[in-house]
Formats: sequence, C-alpha cells, structure tokens
Amino acid sequence: MNINKPNLSRRDFFKAGSIIVGGITVATALTPFDGLLFATEPPKGKGKWYGIGIDINKCIGCGNCAKACKLENNVPKDPFYFRSWVEQYTIKNDGSVLVESPNGGIDGFKQSVPDEEIFKSFFVPKMCNHCAKSPCVQVCPVGATFETPEGIVLVDENYCIGCRYCVQACPYGCRFINPEKGTAEKCTLCIHRLDKGMQPACFEMCPTEARIFGDLNDPGSKINYFLKNHTCMVIKPNLNTGSKLFYNALSPEVR
Amino acid sequence: MTQHIQHLYEVLSKVDGYVYPNEIELNWSILIVLYPYITGLVAGAFILASLERIFKLHVLRPTYGIALLTALSFMLVATMPLVSHLGKPQRAYEIMVTPHLSSAMAIFGFVYLWYLMVVLLLEIWFDYRRDMIIWAGETTGLKRFLYRAFSLWSTDISPKAVALDNKLGYIVTIIGVPSAFLLHGYVGFIFGSIKANPWWSTVLMPVIFLFSAIVSGIALVMLVYIVITSIRKLKIDMPCVDTIASYLFYILLIDFVLEGLDQIHRIYIAEESFDVLHNLVFGRLFFTLFIMQGLIGTVIPLLTLGTLQFYKPKIQIRKAIYTVIAALILIGIFFMRWNVVIGGQLFSKSFYGYTSFKIGLIGTEGYLMAAFWLIVPFIILSFLLWLFPPWKKKEDDHEIQVG
Repeated sequence: MNINKPNLSRRDFFKAGSIIVGGITVATALTPFDGLLFATEPPKGKGKWYGIGIDINKCIGCGNCAKACKLENNVPKDPFYFRSWVEQYTIKNDGSVLVESPNGGIDGFKQSVPDEEIFKSFFVPKMCNHCAKSPCVQVCPVGATFETPEGIVLVDENYCIGCRYCVQACPYGCRFINPEKGTAEKCTLCIHRLDKGMQPACFEMCPTEARIFGDLNDPGSKINYFLKNHTCMVIKPNLNTGSKLFYNALSPEVR
Repeated sequence: MTQHIQHLYEVLSKVDGYVYPNEIELNWSILIVLYPYITGLVAGAFILASLERIFKLHVLRPTYGIALLTALSFMLVATMPLVSHLGKPQRAYEIMVTPHLSSAMAIFGFVYLWYLMVVLLLEIWFDYRRDMIIWAGETTGLKRFLYRAFSLWSTDISPKAVALDNKLGYIVTIIGVPSAFLLHGYVGFIFGSIKANPWWSTVLMPVIFLFSAIVSGIALVMLVYIVITSIRKLKIDMPCVDTIASYLFYILLIDFVLEGLDQIHRIYIAEESFDVLHNLVFGRLFFTLFIMQGLIGTVIPLLTLGTLQFYKPKIQIRKAIYTVIAALILIGIFFMRWNVVIGGQLFSKSFYGYTSFKIGLIGTEGYLMAAFWLIVPFIILSFLLWLFPPWKKKEDDHEIQVG
C-alpha cells in the first residue's frame, strides 16, 4: 500500500524546530518591551487600592486644603509650587468662563465678577489624580516615579534626574520641579500620614468633608459609598489616564 | 534662586487668562530647543552623505567628507544641552544604567550611542583608515601620534584591506540611513507621544521632525561647503551645489506640505484645544511661527530655490543666493524647534490661558549659553577638518565598491 507520508526531511525538521525555538527565545527576550503597552494595562491592585472623591457641591473655597498641604509637606511657599490647590470657576451669563486661583486659593477668594453677571460659580479643589495609567509614570526615563501597590503615584527624589518630562506629561498640572532640590515633586496622598493610620492633611483640614478617600477594592468603603450615591466624573476622561480622583457635580467647563 | 523666583513673579504678572499654578514656569527652555535642532542637523548631514555613497551620486562627492565630519561635530555636542538642563545632571548616567523602557526619553541614550558609535564613528573610521595611515607616515609629532591612535595603530593599506574598508563602510552606511531616520523620528516621538499636550500630540510629529532635520542638515552642509571653499580660495563645484540645492528644494517642499497638513488637520477637526491653540498661534507665537519659521525659513527659500530650478543666474549670484538661503533655512528650522518646544508650553493644559517666556542673556538657560552650544560644534568641526581634511584624501575611494 502506498501511504502518503509528508515529505519531512531531517533538514526541514531542524529548520522548523529552530524557527519555533528561536521565535520563543526572541519573544521572551522582548518581554521587557511590554512596557510599551503601558497605557493599555489594567490596574494591578489586589489589596488596598486608593481612590479619592471630591464633592464640588460641598467645597466652600476656604483654601484650608491647599494651606495644610504646603505646611505638612514643606512645599515651597511661592505661588508657583502646589501639590494641592483650589480653583474658582465663574460662568457668566454670556457663557464665558473665568477661572481664578490666586495663590492656589490659600488666602481665600474674592469674587471679581458682579453678582448680576454671574450665571453660576463654584470651587474645584485640584490635586494629583493618582492615575492608574499615569502618563507621568510612563514617561519617566529612569523609573524614579512609580505607583505603589496601593495605587499612589510617588517620586523617588533620590533617583529623579530632573528632566521634567513627567511635568510635561501630566495633563492636570500637578507636578513641579522643587527649586531647591532640582527634582520632581507632587502629591503623595500624605503617605507618611496614611502609614500612621491618619488622613492626608488636606482631607483632615476640610471643614465641610468635601474630600473623601478610601479603598476602591473594599465594597464597604467610604469612597465606594460616595461613588455609588453620586454621579461622579473624572477630569479629561478622553485622555484615558485611569484617573482615581472622582468629582461629584463636575461641570464640563472644568479642565 | 531668589533671582529665579523673582523672574517667576515677573512672568506671573504677564499671565493671560488662567494657567495651573505649576504651569507658570516653563519647564523646557532654550536648551531643549537646541537639542532637537542639533540632532536634526546631525541626521540631515548624515543623510546627505549617505546619498552620495548608497545611490552613488558622485556629483555630491565634494561634500561627502564635510557632511560626515559636520554630523560628527554636532553629534558630539548633541547631549550637552540636555544634560546641562537636568535638575540633577550628575545622575544623567541613570538613564543608561536603569532605563525605564516605557519612557520615550529612556531610549534616547541607546539610540544616540548606536548612532554615534556604530554608525558615524565606524563609517568615518572605515573611510579615513587608509588616509590616516598614509598621513601618519607624512607627518611628525602630535599629529602623527593622533593619526596612529585614531587608526588604532593599524598599518595594512593593501588593496585588499582598503577594499574591505570600503565594503564595510558601505554596509555601515546602509545601516546608517535607517538609523538616521530612527534618531530624528525618535526625537519627534518624544514630543508627539505626550497626549497631555495637544500642540505636540500628533502622529505626524516624528515625520515632520525627520524632514525638517534633513532640510536643516542639508542646508548646513551646503553652507559649510561654500564657506570652506571660499576660505580655501578654491573654485566652488557648482554642479554639486546646484544638486544639493535642488534636493533642498524638494525636501523643504515635503516638509512644508507635512506641516501644512498637520495644521489643516488641526483646523478642520477643531478639537477642544482649538481655541487656545488658535489664539496662541496668532498671539504669542505669531512672530516666531509666521515670520521666522513661515516666511523667512520656508516661503522665501521655497520661492527662491524653486525659481532657481528653471532659471539659473551667473555662478557668483547663485553662490550668494545659496549662502543666504541656507542661512535662512537654518534660522527657520531653529524657530520651528522653538515653536514646538516653547510654543507647546506657552498655553495652559486647562486651555484657559497663557504664560509667557522671557530668556536672559546670561545663566545656564540664557542666550549666551545657547550660543555657546551652537558654536562648540563649529570649533570641533574646524579641528576635525584640520586633522582629517577630506580634500586631501586619496581619491578613487568609493569607486572600489562592493559589487
């Protein structure tokens, strides 16, 4: 009987074999380049995974949060360096938008628009969004900025080279270069206080409890309660940064 | 330090509309304008040299050596503005030792080293090895030592060895062209990949950077060639310069079309950032964009070079025109980098306002420092031209080609 055997010589076998083995080796060697897919990676947190909520309806623009942050974290006092600040939005009757933040709101606000011209006005506290897909972490050339397993984005100031690429990459303007240290600086969610079981300074100083933070992985946490009971939004959702700073009553004018 | 803060207060008084408080300070200043400018000159000069070698365009022969040495001179300086701009320059090596692979910037060190060590130095070495050995025999003292050292004490100038030099040099050139494209396309990616910044974030950025790089590199080599021949009181090789000028015209045209396409696309899709960018372009960027980059750096050179494609005045006049046009293009491309780097930081990412930029004369970020980093490559080039004069090379080099 004539059986149709595939015509596979030893040579072909080795050829095919080496292609497969070589391919696997190359693919393995290329694994570090997974990093390039950074912004499409899902969040990794399994334990605590911190998220922040801010209720714009509750913010009275006292600026305590911004002041507390500067004091607690020894942030340079000049009005060019903020880890946390407050913006006042005034939407006029003609639809134009005025945004102000004198000294980050630390000294409070004065409304510069006459009452009769105002359609509505509100305060928006700003801080690091602790993004799950942080553009700043992605672009740091030495890995000095990183995300902790709890989802807090930090900078290792002993490692940062001060190239300022992260400052450029942050869509929310939350980073600056410390003029004395020459390295990048940003909100740490007061991790030094969290470690001691305390709240971040800005949360503690907020007189109206407009700020909430907690573990997004814990269904019973304050932050999850906040998210369930309010219609929350992040700033610039189109940028897909995986922001974990959720605002209640966020107007589309806020950027 | 206090001076810096004082400067920021001054800027604060010039803020128009609302900018995030951390945005008042411009993070990337003139040194970062120089970085893409200088790497662009390198890539462009190298590509011009490669045209001669790969496509055997012998009419470009007089500029081959000059182009390579120009590329090397600027390449040696390319990282200096970057490193001196760092907040912690002493940690710059970390970018090579512990690169963070998801960062576009982290790869720069490797792309740079690949280009400098593997491509440029090797190509120049293979090209000059025989000449260095010959020159070592004809000179004495330090020069002789330098030739010996740079030729790595090799002595073989048999036809076989020279043929091998040529063959390897040819291979390096072939690797070099995509490398030059990579180097500068990559520099564009550093900006183009920042999604937070709508002025930078365009997929065309690497391509635009690449073509503007080629334009600037070719203009530079043309200018250097004309100046050197004038200094040496030699007759200029007009067919060579005419050919370079025609390449310059076509590539400048492509560059212009690409940048035009980018702007038309922005205007047509008119995204959220449109208003802020529109006001930027017609406000704080008007002079550098429309006058310096557009009119002086693009439209005038395009019209002039275009006219010269079918109307050729006398050699002396042509030479003068080419000199002026090359200089204008170099100025224009400098402002193109300026408009990208500085322009991209003048508006707030809140899209509600603008900060301003003032540059001082002195200081690490001042005009003088920038001028210094632009002059150093020419000093290096003078030294290289003295040590490795391309015009003293034994000719017939690339005739012994691979196959």
